[in-house]
Amino acid sequence: MSVAFARVEPSIAGVGDYIELMKPRVMSLVVFTALVGLLVAPVHVHPVIGLAALLCIAVGAGAAGALNMWYDADIDARMARTAGRPIPRGRVTPGEAAGFGMTLALFSIVTLGLLVNLVAAALLAFTILFYVVIYTIWLKRSTPHNIVIGGAAGALPPMIGWAAATGGLAVEPALLFLIIFFWTPPHFWALSLYRSEDYARAGIPMLPVVAGDRATRRQILIYTLILAPLGAAPWILGYAGPLYGVFALAGGAGMIALALRVRAERTGHNASKQLFGYSILYLFLLFAMLLVDLMSGGLFRHLAT
Amino acid sequence: MTVTSEFMRGEQPQSGIKLTEQQLRARRSRSIAIAVALGAFVVVIFLVTLVRLGANVATRPM
Repeated sequence: MSVAFARVEPSIAGVGDYIELMKPRVMSLVVFTALVGLLVAPVHVHPVIGLAALLCIAVGAGAAGALNMWYDADIDARMARTAGRPIPRGRVTPGEAAGFGMTLALFSIVTLGLLVNLVAAALLAFTILFYVVIYTIWLKRSTPHNIVIGGAAGALPPMIGWAAATGGLAVEPALLFLIIFFWTPPHFWALSLYRSEDYARAGIPMLPVVAGDRATRRQILIYTLILAPLGAAPWILGYAGPLYGVFALAGGAGMIALALRVRAERTGHNASKQLFGYSILYLFLLFAMLLVDLMSGGLFRHLAT
Repeated sequence: MTVTSEFMRGEQPQSGIKLTEQQLRARRSRSIAIAVALGAFVVVIFLVTLVRLGANVATRPM
Protein backbone atom coordinates (compact mmCIF):
# COMPACT_ATOMS: atom_id res chain seq x y z
CA MET A 1 0.00 0.00 0.00
CA SER A 2 1.40 3.38 -0.89
CA VAL A 3 0.64 6.52 1.04
CA ALA A 4 0.78 9.82 -0.78
CA PHE A 5 1.96 12.89 1.09
CA ALA A 6 1.32 16.40 -0.10
CA ARG A 7 4.58 18.23 -0.67
CA VAL A 8 4.87 21.02 1.87
CA GLU A 9 7.08 23.92 0.89
CA PRO A 10 9.55 25.00 3.58
CA SER A 11 8.34 28.11 5.33
CA ILE A 12 9.55 31.57 4.35
CA ALA A 13 7.93 33.17 7.39
CA GLY A 14 10.29 35.36 9.36
CA VAL A 15 10.05 36.49 12.98
CA GLY A 16 8.38 39.73 11.89
CA ASP A 17 5.54 37.77 10.27
CA TYR A 18 4.88 35.88 13.50
CA ILE A 19 4.98 39.10 15.50
CA GLU A 20 2.45 40.58 13.05
CA LEU A 21 0.21 37.53 13.62
CA MET A 22 0.04 38.50 17.28
CA LYS A 23 -1.49 41.94 16.45
CA PRO A 24 1.09 43.95 18.43
CA ARG A 25 -0.97 47.16 18.48
CA VAL A 26 -4.00 45.40 19.97
CA MET A 27 -1.65 43.55 22.30
CA SER A 28 -0.17 46.81 23.60
CA LEU A 29 -3.63 48.11 24.59
CA VAL A 30 -4.45 44.75 26.20
CA VAL A 31 -1.22 44.79 28.21
CA PHE A 32 -1.75 48.41 29.24
CA THR A 33 -5.32 47.89 30.47
CA ALA A 34 -4.28 44.67 32.25
CA LEU A 35 -1.43 46.58 33.90
CA VAL A 36 -3.90 49.18 35.17
CA GLY A 37 -6.16 46.41 36.52
CA LEU A 38 -3.15 44.88 38.25
CA LEU A 39 -1.90 48.12 39.77
CA VAL A 40 -5.22 49.53 40.99
CA ALA A 41 -5.91 46.32 42.93
CA PRO A 42 -5.66 46.94 46.66
CA VAL A 43 -2.89 44.39 47.24
CA HIS A 44 0.83 44.58 46.72
CA VAL A 45 2.06 42.36 43.92
CA HIS A 46 5.72 41.44 43.73
CA PRO A 47 7.12 43.05 40.55
CA VAL A 48 8.38 39.69 39.25
CA ILE A 49 4.97 38.07 39.69
CA GLY A 50 3.30 41.11 38.10
CA LEU A 51 5.69 41.00 35.15
CA ALA A 52 5.11 37.26 34.70
CA ALA A 53 1.34 37.86 34.72
CA LEU A 54 1.61 40.63 32.12
CA LEU A 55 3.84 38.47 29.91
CA CYS A 56 1.29 35.65 30.01
CA ILE A 57 -1.56 38.07 29.23
CA ALA A 58 0.46 39.55 26.33
CA VAL A 59 1.20 36.10 24.89
CA GLY A 60 -2.44 35.06 25.39
CA ALA A 61 -3.59 38.18 23.50
CA GLY A 62 -1.09 37.36 20.75
CA ALA A 63 -2.45 33.82 20.57
CA ALA A 64 -5.99 35.13 20.15
CA GLY A 65 -4.77 37.46 17.38
CA ALA A 66 -3.02 34.63 15.54
CA LEU A 67 -6.08 32.37 15.77
CA ASN A 68 -8.26 35.25 14.53
CA MET A 69 -5.98 35.74 11.51
CA TRP A 70 -6.01 32.00 10.85
CA TYR A 71 -9.80 31.81 10.72
CA ASP A 72 -10.32 35.14 8.98
CA ALA A 73 -7.66 34.66 6.27
CA ASP A 74 -10.30 34.45 3.53
CA ILE A 75 -12.05 37.71 4.42
CA ASP A 76 -8.78 39.46 5.29
CA ALA A 77 -7.66 38.88 1.69
CA ARG A 78 -10.74 40.73 0.43
CA MET A 79 -10.32 43.87 2.54
CA ALA A 80 -7.79 46.61 1.78
CA ARG A 81 -7.12 47.18 5.51
CA THR A 82 -6.18 43.54 6.14
CA ALA A 83 -4.93 42.26 2.76
CA GLY A 84 -1.33 42.87 3.82
CA ARG A 85 -1.52 40.49 6.80
CA PRO A 86 0.93 37.55 6.78
CA ILE A 87 -1.53 34.83 5.63
CA PRO A 88 -3.17 36.70 2.70
CA ARG A 89 0.29 37.84 1.67
CA GLY A 90 1.42 34.21 1.52
CA ARG A 91 4.17 34.59 4.12
CA VAL A 92 2.55 32.27 6.67
CA THR A 93 0.31 29.29 5.91
CA PRO A 94 -3.03 29.01 7.74
CA GLY A 95 -1.78 25.81 9.39
CA GLU A 96 1.31 27.55 10.72
CA ALA A 97 -0.81 30.38 12.15
CA ALA A 98 -3.24 27.93 13.77
CA GLY A 99 -0.41 25.88 15.30
CA PHE A 100 1.34 29.02 16.50
CA GLY A 101 -1.86 30.42 18.04
CA MET A 102 -2.85 27.17 19.77
CA THR A 103 0.65 26.67 21.19
CA LEU A 104 0.81 30.20 22.56
CA ALA A 105 -2.72 29.97 23.96
CA LEU A 106 -2.07 26.76 25.88
CA PHE A 107 1.37 27.92 26.98
CA SER A 108 0.16 31.29 28.29
CA ILE A 109 -2.85 29.86 30.14
CA VAL A 110 -0.91 27.03 31.83
CA THR A 111 1.98 29.34 32.73
CA LEU A 112 -0.35 31.99 34.20
CA GLY A 113 -2.10 29.28 36.23
CA LEU A 114 1.16 27.83 37.55
CA LEU A 115 3.04 31.07 38.21
CA VAL A 116 0.27 33.44 39.30
CA ASN A 117 -3.16 31.96 40.10
CA LEU A 118 -5.93 29.84 38.64
CA VAL A 119 -8.61 32.57 38.57
CA ALA A 120 -6.47 34.76 36.30
CA ALA A 121 -5.63 31.73 34.13
CA ALA A 122 -9.31 30.77 33.83
CA LEU A 123 -10.19 34.34 32.84
CA LEU A 124 -7.42 34.39 30.23
CA ALA A 125 -8.65 31.08 28.82
CA PHE A 126 -12.21 32.44 28.71
CA THR A 127 -11.02 35.62 26.96
CA ILE A 128 -9.14 33.73 24.24
CA LEU A 129 -12.02 31.29 23.76
CA PHE A 130 -14.56 34.12 23.62
CA TYR A 131 -12.53 36.12 21.08
CA VAL A 132 -11.80 33.16 18.82
CA VAL A 133 -14.95 31.05 19.04
CA ILE A 134 -17.75 33.47 19.99
CA TYR A 135 -16.53 36.58 18.14
CA THR A 136 -14.34 35.39 15.24
CA ILE A 137 -15.98 32.11 14.29
CA TRP A 138 -19.59 32.80 15.22
CA LEU A 139 -20.64 36.44 15.56
CA LYS A 140 -18.37 38.31 13.16
CA ARG A 141 -19.94 36.82 10.04
CA SER A 142 -23.47 36.45 11.30
CA THR A 143 -24.71 39.59 13.07
CA PRO A 144 -24.25 43.39 13.05
CA HIS A 145 -23.96 43.12 16.84
CA ASN A 146 -20.68 41.23 16.34
CA ILE A 147 -18.44 43.89 17.86
CA VAL A 148 -20.89 44.74 20.65
CA ILE A 149 -20.90 41.22 22.11
CA GLY A 150 -17.41 40.35 20.87
CA GLY A 151 -16.12 43.50 22.55
CA ALA A 152 -16.37 41.66 25.86
CA ALA A 153 -13.15 39.84 24.98
CA GLY A 154 -11.27 43.11 24.62
CA ALA A 155 -12.79 44.39 27.85
CA LEU A 156 -11.63 41.49 30.02
CA PRO A 157 -7.86 42.23 30.38
CA PRO A 158 -8.25 44.67 33.34
CA MET A 159 -10.20 41.94 35.14
CA ILE A 160 -7.42 39.45 34.41
CA GLY A 161 -4.89 41.95 35.78
CA TRP A 162 -6.99 42.46 38.91
CA ALA A 163 -7.46 38.71 39.34
CA ALA A 164 -3.70 38.19 38.94
CA ALA A 165 -3.15 40.57 41.85
CA THR A 166 -5.97 39.54 44.18
CA GLY A 167 -6.95 36.02 43.14
CA GLY A 168 -10.59 37.17 42.81
CA LEU A 169 -12.90 39.77 41.27
CA ALA A 170 -14.65 42.92 42.53
CA VAL A 171 -16.75 45.90 41.45
CA GLU A 172 -13.74 48.06 40.44
CA PRO A 173 -12.46 45.78 37.66
CA ALA A 174 -16.06 45.21 36.55
CA LEU A 175 -16.32 48.99 36.05
CA LEU A 176 -13.16 48.95 33.94
CA PHE A 177 -14.68 46.08 31.96
CA LEU A 178 -17.86 48.09 31.34
CA ILE A 179 -15.89 51.16 30.23
CA ILE A 180 -14.06 49.19 27.51
CA PHE A 181 -17.22 47.25 26.64
CA PHE A 182 -19.19 50.43 25.90
CA TRP A 183 -16.17 52.11 24.28
CA THR A 184 -15.83 49.34 21.67
CA PRO A 185 -18.99 49.98 19.56
CA PRO A 186 -18.46 53.74 18.96
CA HIS A 187 -14.77 53.04 18.28
CA PHE A 188 -15.32 50.26 15.71
CA TRP A 189 -18.46 51.69 14.16
CA ALA A 190 -16.62 54.98 13.55
CA LEU A 191 -14.02 52.94 11.65
CA SER A 192 -16.61 50.85 9.82
CA LEU A 193 -18.41 53.99 8.62
CA TYR A 194 -15.51 54.88 6.36
CA ARG A 195 -14.55 51.26 5.66
CA SER A 196 -18.05 50.00 4.93
CA GLU A 197 -17.26 49.15 1.27
CA ASP A 198 -14.40 46.98 2.47
CA TYR A 199 -16.67 45.14 4.90
CA ALA A 200 -19.41 44.78 2.28
CA ARG A 201 -16.91 43.27 -0.19
CA ALA A 202 -15.82 40.77 2.44
CA GLY A 203 -19.44 39.95 3.30
CA ILE A 204 -19.13 41.00 6.95
CA PRO A 205 -22.47 42.28 8.30
CA MET A 206 -21.09 45.38 10.03
CA LEU A 207 -23.77 47.83 11.13
CA PRO A 208 -23.25 50.39 8.30
CA VAL A 209 -23.44 47.55 5.73
CA VAL A 210 -26.63 46.06 7.17
CA ALA A 211 -28.50 49.04 8.66
CA GLY A 212 -26.91 51.96 6.80
CA ASP A 213 -24.94 55.05 7.78
CA ARG A 214 -27.75 56.88 9.56
CA ALA A 215 -28.60 54.06 11.94
CA THR A 216 -24.89 53.55 12.68
CA ARG A 217 -24.38 57.23 13.48
CA ARG A 218 -27.38 57.09 15.85
CA GLN A 219 -26.05 53.96 17.57
CA ILE A 220 -22.61 55.57 17.97
CA LEU A 221 -24.23 58.48 19.80
CA ILE A 222 -26.32 56.20 22.04
CA TYR A 223 -23.32 54.12 23.11
CA THR A 224 -21.21 57.25 23.63
CA LEU A 225 -23.92 58.72 25.88
CA ILE A 226 -23.66 55.57 28.02
CA LEU A 227 -19.85 55.52 27.86
CA ALA A 228 -19.20 59.09 29.05
CA PRO A 229 -20.82 58.74 32.52
CA LEU A 230 -19.42 55.21 32.83
CA GLY A 231 -15.95 56.66 32.27
CA ALA A 232 -16.50 58.95 35.25
CA ALA A 233 -18.06 56.19 37.40
CA PRO A 234 -14.79 55.21 39.18
CA TRP A 235 -14.65 58.78 40.53
CA ILE A 236 -18.41 59.02 41.23
CA LEU A 237 -18.30 55.75 43.20
CA GLY A 238 -15.20 56.84 45.11
CA TYR A 239 -12.68 54.45 43.59
CA ALA A 240 -10.67 57.26 41.99
CA GLY A 241 -9.87 60.83 43.00
CA PRO A 242 -10.97 64.20 41.59
CA LEU A 243 -8.01 64.35 39.20
CA TYR A 244 -9.37 61.32 37.41
CA GLY A 245 -12.93 62.63 37.69
CA VAL A 246 -12.13 65.94 36.00
CA PHE A 247 -10.32 64.21 33.16
CA ALA A 248 -13.03 61.57 32.72
CA LEU A 249 -15.73 64.25 32.49
CA ALA A 250 -13.73 66.38 30.05
CA GLY A 251 -12.71 63.37 27.93
CA GLY A 252 -16.26 62.03 27.94
CA ALA A 253 -17.59 65.44 26.86
CA GLY A 254 -15.11 65.33 23.98
CA MET A 255 -16.41 61.89 22.96
CA ILE A 256 -20.02 63.14 23.05
CA ALA A 257 -19.15 66.28 21.05
CA LEU A 258 -17.49 64.14 18.36
CA ALA A 259 -20.34 61.61 18.36
CA LEU A 260 -22.77 64.52 17.83
CA ARG A 261 -20.65 65.71 14.91
CA VAL A 262 -20.70 62.17 13.47
CA ARG A 263 -24.49 62.12 13.91
CA ALA A 264 -24.85 65.46 12.10
CA GLU A 265 -22.43 64.62 9.29
CA ARG A 266 -24.26 64.07 6.01
CA THR A 267 -21.40 63.74 3.51
CA GLY A 268 -17.83 62.55 3.93
CA HIS A 269 -16.33 60.83 6.93
CA ASN A 270 -14.17 63.48 8.57
CA ALA A 271 -16.02 63.35 11.87
CA SER A 272 -16.00 59.54 12.05
CA LYS A 273 -12.25 59.48 11.35
CA GLN A 274 -11.74 62.04 14.10
CA LEU A 275 -13.91 60.04 16.50
CA PHE A 276 -11.98 56.85 15.71
CA GLY A 277 -8.63 58.51 16.47
CA TYR A 278 -9.93 60.38 19.52
CA SER A 279 -11.53 57.24 20.98
CA ILE A 280 -8.14 55.48 21.13
CA LEU A 281 -6.59 58.48 22.86
CA TYR A 282 -9.58 58.78 25.22
CA LEU A 283 -9.38 55.16 26.42
CA PHE A 284 -5.61 55.25 26.75
CA LEU A 285 -5.64 58.51 28.73
CA LEU A 286 -8.59 57.39 30.88
CA PHE A 287 -6.66 54.34 32.04
CA ALA A 288 -3.41 56.31 32.30
CA MET A 289 -5.21 58.82 34.54
CA LEU A 290 -6.23 55.99 36.85
CA LEU A 291 -2.53 55.27 37.34
CA VAL A 292 -1.64 58.95 37.72
CA ASP A 293 -4.46 59.32 40.24
CA LEU A 294 -3.24 56.27 42.14
CA MET A 295 0.34 57.54 42.27
CA SER A 296 -0.58 61.11 43.15
CA GLY A 297 -2.97 59.83 45.83
CA GLY A 298 -0.12 57.82 47.29
CA LEU A 299 2.11 60.87 47.16
CA PHE A 300 -0.48 63.03 48.92
CA ARG A 301 -0.97 60.36 51.58
CA HIS A 302 2.80 60.17 52.03
CA LEU A 303 3.10 63.96 52.35
CA ALA A 304 0.22 64.06 54.84
CA THR A 305 1.88 61.57 57.21
CA MET B 1 17.46 4.65 -5.55
CA THR B 2 15.96 5.80 -2.25
CA VAL B 3 17.41 8.29 0.18
CA THR B 4 17.45 5.59 2.89
CA SER B 5 19.62 3.22 0.87
CA GLU B 6 22.03 6.07 0.10
CA PHE B 7 22.34 6.76 3.81
CA MET B 8 22.86 3.04 4.57
CA ARG B 9 25.74 2.92 2.11
CA GLY B 10 27.27 6.03 3.67
CA GLU B 11 26.64 8.22 0.62
CA GLN B 12 25.27 11.74 0.58
CA PRO B 13 21.62 11.67 -0.54
CA GLN B 14 21.05 13.19 -3.96
CA SER B 15 17.38 13.97 -3.56
CA GLY B 16 15.44 15.82 -0.83
CA ILE B 17 14.42 19.38 -0.19
CA LYS B 18 17.04 22.01 -0.84
CA LEU B 19 16.30 25.26 0.96
CA THR B 20 16.63 28.52 -0.89
CA GLU B 21 18.67 31.36 0.55
CA GLN B 22 15.44 33.09 1.69
CA GLN B 23 14.14 29.93 3.37
CA LEU B 24 17.47 29.41 5.16
CA ARG B 25 17.48 33.00 6.38
CA ALA B 26 13.87 32.70 7.59
CA ARG B 27 14.60 29.41 9.38
CA ARG B 28 17.65 30.88 11.08
CA SER B 29 15.73 33.93 12.31
CA ARG B 30 12.92 31.68 13.60
CA SER B 31 15.42 29.44 15.39
CA ILE B 32 17.05 32.44 17.10
CA ALA B 33 13.63 33.79 18.15
CA ILE B 34 12.63 30.40 19.61
CA ALA B 35 15.95 30.23 21.51
CA VAL B 36 15.44 33.76 22.90
CA ALA B 37 11.83 32.96 23.88
CA LEU B 38 12.86 29.74 25.64
CA GLY B 39 15.72 31.55 27.39
CA ALA B 40 13.32 34.26 28.57
CA PHE B 41 10.88 31.61 29.76
CA VAL B 42 13.61 29.90 31.81
CA VAL B 43 14.61 33.26 33.35
CA VAL B 44 10.97 34.03 34.25
CA ILE B 45 10.50 30.59 35.85
CA PHE B 46 13.78 31.00 37.75
CA LEU B 47 12.86 34.46 39.06
CA VAL B 48 9.33 33.46 40.04
CA THR B 49 10.72 30.41 41.84
CA LEU B 50 13.13 32.64 43.76
CA VAL B 51 10.30 34.99 44.74
CA ARG B 52 7.86 32.24 45.74
CA LEU B 53 10.43 30.02 47.43
CA GLY B 54 12.29 32.94 48.99
CA ALA B 55 9.20 34.11 50.83
CA ASN B 56 8.48 30.64 52.15
CA VAL B 57 12.08 29.99 53.20
CA ALA B 58 12.19 33.31 55.06
CA THR B 59 9.08 32.43 57.08
CA ARG B 60 9.72 28.72 57.65
CA PRO B 61 9.56 27.45 61.25
CA MET B 62 13.05 26.95 62.73
